[in-house]
Amino acid sequence: MKAHGHWLALPLFAWMLTFLAVPLGLVAVYSFLHRGPYGNVVWELTGANYARLLDPLYLTIYALSLRMALAVTAASLAIGLPLALAVARAPAKWRTPAMLLLMVPFLSNFVVRAYAIKILLGSDGPLAALLGAFGADGVSLTDSPLAVWFGMLTNYLPFMVLPIVVALERFDFTLIEAAYDLGATDGQAMRRVLLPLVRAGILSGCLLTFVPALGEFMIPDLLGGARTMLLGNLITEQFLKARDWPFGAALVMLLVALMGAGFWWQQRWEADG
Amino acid sequence: MSRPLTPAPAARAFVLTVTVGALTLLYLPIVTVLVASLREPAPDAEATWGLAWYRALLADDAIIDAVGRSLVVASVTALGAALLGTLGALAIERGRFFGRNALSALTLLPLAMPELVLGIASLLWFATLRMSLGLYSIALAHVTFAVSYVLVAVRASLRGFDPALIDAARDLGADRWAVHRRVILPLIAPGVLAGALMAFTLSFDDFLISFFTAGVGSDTLPMRLYSLIRFGMSREMYALSALMILVSAVSAGIAVRSVAARAVR
Repeated sequence: MKAHGHWLALPLFAWMLTFLAVPLGLVAVYSFLHRGPYGNVVWELTGANYARLLDPLYLTIYALSLRMALAVTAASLAIGLPLALAVARAPAKWRTPAMLLLMVPFLSNFVVRAYAIKILLGSDGPLAALLGAFGADGVSLTDSPLAVWFGMLTNYLPFMVLPIVVALERFDFTLIEAAYDLGATDGQAMRRVLLPLVRAGILSGCLLTFVPALGEFMIPDLLGGARTMLLGNLITEQFLKARDWPFGAALVMLLVALMGAGFWWQQRWEADG
Repeated sequence: MSRPLTPAPAARAFVLTVTVGALTLLYLPIVTVLVASLREPAPDAEATWGLAWYRALLADDAIIDAVGRSLVVASVTALGAALLGTLGALAIERGRFFGRNALSALTLLPLAMPELVLGIASLLWFATLRMSLGLYSIALAHVTFAVSYVLVAVRASLRGFDPALIDAARDLGADRWAVHRRVILPLIAPGVLAGALMAFTLSFDDFLISFFTAGVGSDTLPMRLYSLIRFGMSREMYALSALMILVSAVSAGIAVRSVAARAVR
């Protein structure tokens, strides 16, 4: 085939270069500049922002963010795997309604969903009323790391469930029966037959949950209160409050590096399988 | 000794419990908002059922204006992303040119990275160019991520039809322009439409990228929502959230029915 159609690619190429590649490169450049006295940016190269990333104060924030992202991923997997199994093993006529029932909550706006969880957990909400009936008055579950964890868990569940359902739909369930015929217990059939074969789906589910959880800004902002500062909030604060854009850019580079590590880990595990 | 052919009842009960528990988890917040939106305060302490929050919402011009701005940005984004994405998909799927793989990889990037990164990168770029921020800067950033979704949809439909149709059109004397206009475009139209609708929805719902690229006075509906929750907690939020949940549920229903109708045909 001779080269043709290349001029059709020009608008997209120009757009992606102008509004994606150059801006992303600019973040890298900014991370080596420094902040002037009035929150302006001084165009002088320095490594100071990267040295500042190692400040113990910030290290605790990265640790909390990583722990939070891992806790959300682990809980999503614990709920998502049985859920995906239930969907994939449901009778054919139930499968579409089941998927719909799972997806509909996620079609509403992200801000609305976070707000709904805030009301559910807040001091005027039904959970507080329930606890009040047992004598624990005025309990508010919001403004805590637990509320952030709960909010991310309910918001990211489909990212975990969908890739596993896709993997399970390709899985031949007669293999499980073969395992039973060969004397495998439930646990063995699960560990030795099912899990290795749907591993790719599970790994993509984990990655699709972990990456947004690591960079999340809105859920900790609305549900976490002042005590729950995560990486996404720290970054946003540099741009909107502290007006230290170069340091904020260095933090974005750190976030990108952590995500890159996540992708690398997923590739490695998939290759091992 | 007989072997069980299906998992033990205990395992089934576990799967069932998790499923019911997860659905409760997903629907409890939504039901709470729907119920809260229909409660209205009465002079005496006991609340009654009523539409007070909905009336307050309709009287709030700031929210109505924000809805208008969101609709404008989403329409421009859908149009721009559909145009750019369709041309790009045709080039990537049907062309062979230098940089094709790089372009393909670049367009997948917005799908893989958190919105926060694109929002900040756009803000830095617009600030470096000394552009003033407004609705158009939101739309520029929205097209950049929405075009990725259009590309996925249109590339899939370009791979989905029989290439012999193009050869047939050529044999019948169609030049390259006629092949595109009369054969390829009609065949990929559903993919283009699906991509444009996706772009519209994503743009209309987006909070974070708008948050970083909006100028003063150009806040969209999700941004307005956010600042109401963050700083005001005004209770007409209940009504607004309930309405937005209903709108998304209804549009999901329509989409499912049209897909089901197409599947029957």
